[in-house]
Amino acid sequence: MIRFQGVTKVYPTSARPALDDASVEIEKGEFVFLVGQSGSGKSTFLRLVLKEEKPTRGQIWVAGKDLSRLSHWKVPALRRQIGTVFQDFRLLPNKTVHENVAFALEVIGKPRHTVAKVVPEVLDLVGLAGKEDRMPDELSGGEQQRVAIARAFVNRPMILIADEPTGNLDPTTSVGIMRLLDRINRTGTTVVMATHDSHIVDSMRRRVIELDQGHVTRDQSRGVYGYAR
Amino acid sequence: MRARFVLSEMAIGLRRNLSMTVAVVLTVAISLAGLGVAWLMREQVNTMKDFWYGKIEVSVFLDKNVTQPQRLAISDELDNLPQVEHVFYESKEQAYIRFKQQFASEKALVANTSKDALPESYRVKLYDPKKYQIVASAVELMPGVDQVADVNGALKKVFRFFDGIQRAALVVAIVVLIVAILLIFNTVRLAAFSRRRETGIMRLVGASDLYIQGPFVLEGALAGLVGSGLALGLLALFKIVLIDHGLQSAFGSNITRYIGWDTVLYTFPWLTLLGVVIAALISAATLQRYLRV
Ligand SMILES: Nc1ncnc2c1ncn2[C@@H]1O[C@H](COP(=O)(O)OP(=O)(O)OP(=O)(O)O)[C@@H](O)[C@H]1O
Ligand SMILES: [Mg+2]
Repeated sequence: MIRFQGVTKVYPTSARPALDDASVEIEKGEFVFLVGQSGSGKSTFLRLVLKEEKPTRGQIWVAGKDLSRLSHWKVPALRRQIGTVFQDFRLLPNKTVHENVAFALEVIGKPRHTVAKVVPEVLDLVGLAGKEDRMPDELSGGEQQRVAIARAFVNRPMILIADEPTGNLDPTTSVGIMRLLDRINRTGTTVVMATHDSHIVDSMRRRVIELDQGHVTRDQSRGVYGYAR
Repeated sequence: MRARFVLSEMAIGLRRNLSMTVAVVLTVAISLAGLGVAWLMREQVNTMKDFWYGKIEVSVFLDKNVTQPQRLAISDELDNLPQVEHVFYESKEQAYIRFKQQFASEKALVANTSKDALPESYRVKLYDPKKYQIVASAVELMPGVDQVADVNGALKKVFRFFDGIQRAALVVAIVVLIVAILLIFNTVRLAAFSRRRETGIMRLVGASDLYIQGPFVLEGALAGLVGSGLALGLLALFKIVLIDHGLQSAFGSNITRYIGWDTVLYTFPWLTLLGVVIAALISAATLQRYLRV
């Protein structure tokens, strides 16, 4: 589903590569944690998958497509197959919960009856039934992240990318979010999640890929966050 | 394409940037009006030229004691010039008759002019009145020629005046057009910035350029359209105030003609198209820089 082959990414403004000769293969339906210290290249990895950045060297395949051969106008089609969740939720503050989720479908031209049918379903799935008409600032952080997950998942993407989705949440709320991501993973969606949260990684016991200064230093199925630190 | 979505996003954008949008509308209006005025002045000058040049001849006045062979030589020379369309001979008698008609109201002047005071002449009609100099120098020094007179010379000053207005309007149009382009550029940039959350999410969920940029481009095109509308109003005002009430009441309709509403109306679709296309193109070009996928 995602394949990196000898991928190096050097940002124009920095000398040190953010990702250095990284090769990784992630199968369909996997749940993968990306761990590593701050600045180790996790977010860079995820941005490369979305083709928000281009690799300096190496090749990347996502959903069977070689990203270096993907023309500019086909990038939207790629991103429709990838749901994305961030630490800071990125909701539109002047739209309701329902409108925020519907927005993701409207802007890719989905007909109104589809939007009307699918949005309540996904809000139900993430546990926000009954809160459709709230504004984002009337929700807790955990609830806001659920809206963001609903928005990422409403188009039933093949891949869900999450960059520190629990970074702004307390441990109890984080557990709820992880349950939700696990549930989404069990529908067959490949989940790649960058995180600093050792408790979550240790308790989930999923595949762990560790990055250190852009190098892949560990790739472990049913792994833990890290060794004693 | 969901038109409702794009239109409602466009309306939100317009409301948020109202003052900038107004500035865009006004500058587009002024620059298009300037272009329109320049064009109308050109047409007005052409109308005048058509009217005057149709009546203009070069007059080759002959000496009092010109001989018949000299007459023939001059007439042959004129006939052979490629610039010459037609040559008429006007005898002293004909000149006097014409003079009497022309100044019929001034009896004293006619009474004081003797029958043979007026010189005989060749009246030459040119294909292109501007080629006057070539014709003049060809016959000026021939024996029997007294002088060559060009009615054109006096008119040149008038034409220069209108050319001046035309050029000034063009300069204003171009300068304001540059201002308009910079303003559109800035407005779209601000609009893109104020909606960066929305566009960021749109890019992330895989919206196409059409959806992301469409509302902004439509916003620009709409501002261009309203600006063009105002420009058309300004042009109509120009026609009424300066041409109909200014020129026409000052000079009347005998010595020249004026451009009509057909000429003014002819500019309308072009100016409108220009306003809309320029605004939309600049918007799209700006977005290429600020809303890259
Ligand atoms: N746009 C950019 N321009 C230049 N350098 C960048 C850019 N983005 C990231 N970097 C650099 O690339 C390296 C990797 O950054 P990245 O954001 O991938 O790290 P990360 O593992 O996600 O860190 P964190 O855990 O803090 O989010 C860092 O050294 C960072 O400074
Ligand atoms: Mg990061």
